[in-house]
Amino acid sequence: MALKPVMVGERIKRREDPRLIRGMATYTDDVKLHGLLHAAFVRSDHAAGRIVKIDATRAKAHPGVVAVFSFDDLRGQVGASPCTAILPGMKHVPHPLLADGEVRYAGQPVAVVIAKDKYVARDAALDVEVEIDSRQAVVDVEAALQAGAPLVYEQLGTNLAVHLPIAHPETERLFAEAHGTVSLRLVNQRVAPVPMEGRAVVAHWEDGPQQLTVWTSTQTPHGCKQQIAICLGIPELRIRVIAPEVGGGFGQKIPTYGEECLLPWISKKLRRPVKWAETRTENLAASAHGRGHVSQVEAAYDKDGKILALRGQTIAELGAYASMLGPAIPTFTHLLAAGPYTIQAVSWDIKVVYTHTMATDAYRGAGRPEAAYNIERAMDAVAAKLGLDRVEIRKRNLIPVGSFPYQAPTGAIYDSGNYQACLEKGLAKFDYAGAVVARDRARAEGKLAGIGIATFTEICGLGPSTGTAPPARAGTWESAELRVEPTGAVTVMTGASPHGQGQETAFAQMVGDAFGIDIDNVNVVHGDTDRVTHGVGTFGSRGLVVGGTAVHMAAQKVLAKAKRIAAHLLDTTEERVNVESGVFSVVGGARKLTFADVASAAHTWGVAIPGEEPGLEAVARFEPTGTTFPFGVHFCTVSIDKETGQLALERFVCVDDVGNIINPLLADGQRLGGIIQGLGQAMCEEVRYDESGQLMTATFMDYAMPRAAMFPRIEMDSTCTPSPLNPLGAKGIGELGTIGSTPCIVSAVIDALSPLGITHVDMPLKSEKLWRLIQGAAR
Amino acid sequence: MIPAEFDYAAPRSLDEAVRLLSGTEGAKVLGGGMSLIPALKHRLSAAPLLVDLGRIAGLDQIALSGGRIRIGGRATHAAVMTHPALASMHAFAEAGELLADPQVRNRGTLGGSLVHADPAADWPAVFLALGGEATLVSAKGTRNVAADDFFESLMTSAVQEGEILSEVSFPAPTPRTGTAYSKLRQLASGFAIVGVAVWVRAERTGVIDDVRVGVTGVNSVPFRARSLEDRLRGKAVSGPALRAFCAEIAEADPMSDLHASAEYRRHLLGVFAARTIERAIARAQQA
Repeated sequence: MALKPVMVGERIKRREDPRLIRGMATYTDDVKLHGLLHAAFVRSDHAAGRIVKIDATRAKAHPGVVAVFSFDDLRGQVGASPCTAILPGMKHVPHPLLADGEVRYAGQPVAVVIAKDKYVARDAALDVEVEIDSRQAVVDVEAALQAGAPLVYEQLGTNLAVHLPIAHPETERLFAEAHGTVSLRLVNQRVAPVPMEGRAVVAHWEDGPQQLTVWTSTQTPHGCKQQIAICLGIPELRIRVIAPEVGGGFGQKIPTYGEECLLPWISKKLRRPVKWAETRTENLAASAHGRGHVSQVEAAYDKDGKILALRGQTIAELGAYASMLGPAIPTFTHLLAAGPYTIQAVSWDIKVVYTHTMATDAYRGAGRPEAAYNIERAMDAVAAKLGLDRVEIRKRNLIPVGSFPYQAPTGAIYDSGNYQACLEKGLAKFDYAGAVVARDRARAEGKLAGIGIATFTEICGLGPSTGTAPPARAGTWESAELRVEPTGAVTVMTGASPHGQGQETAFAQMVGDAFGIDIDNVNVVHGDTDRVTHGVGTFGSRGLVVGGTAVHMAAQKVLAKAKRIAAHLLDTTEERVNVESGVFSVVGGARKLTFADVASAAHTWGVAIPGEEPGLEAVARFEPTGTTFPFGVHFCTVSIDKETGQLALERFVCVDDVGNIINPLLADGQRLGGIIQGLGQAMCEEVRYDESGQLMTATFMDYAMPRAAMFPRIEMDSTCTPSPLNPLGAKGIGELGTIGSTPCIVSAVIDALSPLGITHVDMPLKSEKLWRLIQGAAR
Repeated sequence: MIPAEFDYAAPRSLDEAVRLLSGTEGAKVLGGGMSLIPALKHRLSAAPLLVDLGRIAGLDQIALSGGRIRIGGRATHAAVMTHPALASMHAFAEAGELLADPQVRNRGTLGGSLVHADPAADWPAVFLALGGEATLVSAKGTRNVAADDFFESLMTSAVQEGEILSEVSFPAPTPRTGTAYSKLRQLASGFAIVGVAVWVRAERTGVIDDVRVGVTGVNSVPFRARSLEDRLRGKAVSGPALRAFCAEIAEADPMSDLHASAEYRRHLLGVFAARTIERAIARAQQA
């Protein structure tokens, strides 16, 4: 009897949630150690300037203050804040853990106070006198490229960190032959990732065993271990990094930050454990930001509305220093520039630029939302030029079924797809024709109503490590280790350390099905470099695609050995053993063994298996041969209050294709969160600095997060085109919502305003901006 | 987000609270703590002692007595917006629903909001429009301050050091009156970019017998739009004529900040005033 999989594909509730929602989980800030000290940072009030004086006399006088450190204490003893994406030809100055004589952004750590508790530390930090001879700052990324602009690094002679002119040989010819062109200036504003839990670090150096343990809220504990080792010159085998519960990251916790290197140094110096948990204002000011692109996008098209070629220029804000992956993020904007369309040539000129602002790095989508925004806006602009319906122009440009694997002119190879089926399902679910009638009726009544559409693809599960991916100096593989107990219970150790995705549930479903065992007999372990010996982390929608595949491979290895053991026990040959959902039998025979029977035999409980080592375990690493390309279509309807400019999102419908899905409940959660986060950028989020480089959005009083009340119920559906690149057929889902929803609502707002002759608006879509456009059009 | 050190007291009576407050210079009253605690954590404010009103019996009561609606100084936003005695005065529920989020509404207090006198808080507009009065208690005795005399300057109310706001009261609803509140929320904080509260007594014909318009979010101090009230009294105006009046509120001296320019605030004031007045009149006509 062939048993059907019992768990994969089921909406199983997250096994992580009971401890999270009952307050029983351990986050980094919950770690308590004997003799624990607390750190408070003194951060620069100025965006640019020379440090004239740091006087900690008054701070040190506070009872309970143990030490105050500034750069002079570190000089020669530590390396720099890690960056693994120093692109060829990039002008780069290593970023010190504490400011080395110069400050380059408001919020940069200048000194750190160590005290017996966090209250004393904060009180004393306010009494560290820092005198800074401030200079003129440059905040605007285009102004930073002007001659005579203030320089973030005098010694580099320019704010241009790296220039990447990527030219396709056919672009200019196609532009010359085109029926027409459009040109758009598109701003993808800087936003803050805002995980619920900010960054936090506990470092504990033990002199006896010469062992460093670091608890940190990170997406990449193994990379963090490596970077601490490099920065402090401590061998990796003396370092254990633990990412306990991690309360969200959205890319902000991929980098290893200066604080993660500095606290271990302090612990070693003071021979005491030390903790730091950032405040929300520190998170908004001094944890990596995302986006921050100003692009000029040109599209050449033929008379039928087929886009022939794209020519783009992107000026990307790097911020005051190169964060871990920061410089590489804009390269994805080129790689995905053509979107899901049959565009023949793409040339893109990328300038990565220093400004006196916090560094940027990966943020949910990392370069791909920017690409999708660029091409979707261009597609709408061409449709408007030709008087074509926005669905119709997409139909004419989508890559045809049967063209996969498809090589885009950017070099990206799209693994699989059926864009037409997804679009058709979306049109039906949304009732596009009905929505057009309703919009036109509302317009006839004098209302501003619009429909938004975005068809998109993206790039997930980066690989191979040696491939076209930016030089991250890190592998793109992922690891898994399965240990089977004599009772048949299984511990899964995954290197894909999650920060809210639900690997503990999804991987347990997979392993439970593979061995025919109950989900409660599977324990998924992650986020501890001593328990999970090797790993990379969770980012770029790779948790299932790469990490899950490694789990699958390890399970297959275990099954292969289990089959050999079963053959011995069943007195037959390996070829004649049939395995179905953890039940081992002889083809045509009646005897059956459970996975637990085989596991116990493997541990030589009363039997010896000739030719086999005792035990049942396996290690696997999956190295992707290529990247996956999930895709989708998003629709929405909006209305705008003519008198006030207030935007109301009335309906939002998505149909996405992420290949095979292990747990639809988790998949829905990922999509919903992504969609809201993308709409947040479009509707309200924006990091703002004033001209002097002061952060104006340093608290939630001024940094606008999306709120539940802003949204209707998000209607979600799927198609399924499995990826051929991994045995799960999975494509990745974490970032997809963020990529489609942003251009979708902007498309709707421009559609709503189009009867007034308005063709352009930049994000965020705040009411005063829309009101001014409406007022301007009325004049 | 770590405050400087402070002492904390939770007296059981108003007398004891007054005594504690007058006994320590710079002591502050803790109501719901929704503004004070963040201010302390951001070190925008400091106090050697916080006197918590939370354990004083009866201070959270809401009741109709002596022809007035009496709201205890410690009554929460949630209690105010859902209390049956206030149900016919729609401005309370409307302001409450637009105020912050459920967590804040369940902890924060109407009295605390008034004393804090944030120029973009919601209740000051309602307080002004509905003709409220505050009762202030101190070691020196008790005094009443009318809403019109309550807001003095930016973040400054008539409440003096050593005084506790023990009660806010409003005239009970009378026939042919209606109230309403509406606002444009600042996207980050939820405070008002513009908030308008209206109380009106109108004939069935729509003629306005009397009207009061309270405005928040626009100027650095919440205010009554008296110039508009004067133009509306005795008239039946609606539609474009009403819009035109509302666009010319003489008292408006709008602020400009990251979230809205002065020009936009001025424009919004006109739109929201007209819409809110129309809603209040419709209610008065049915009452």
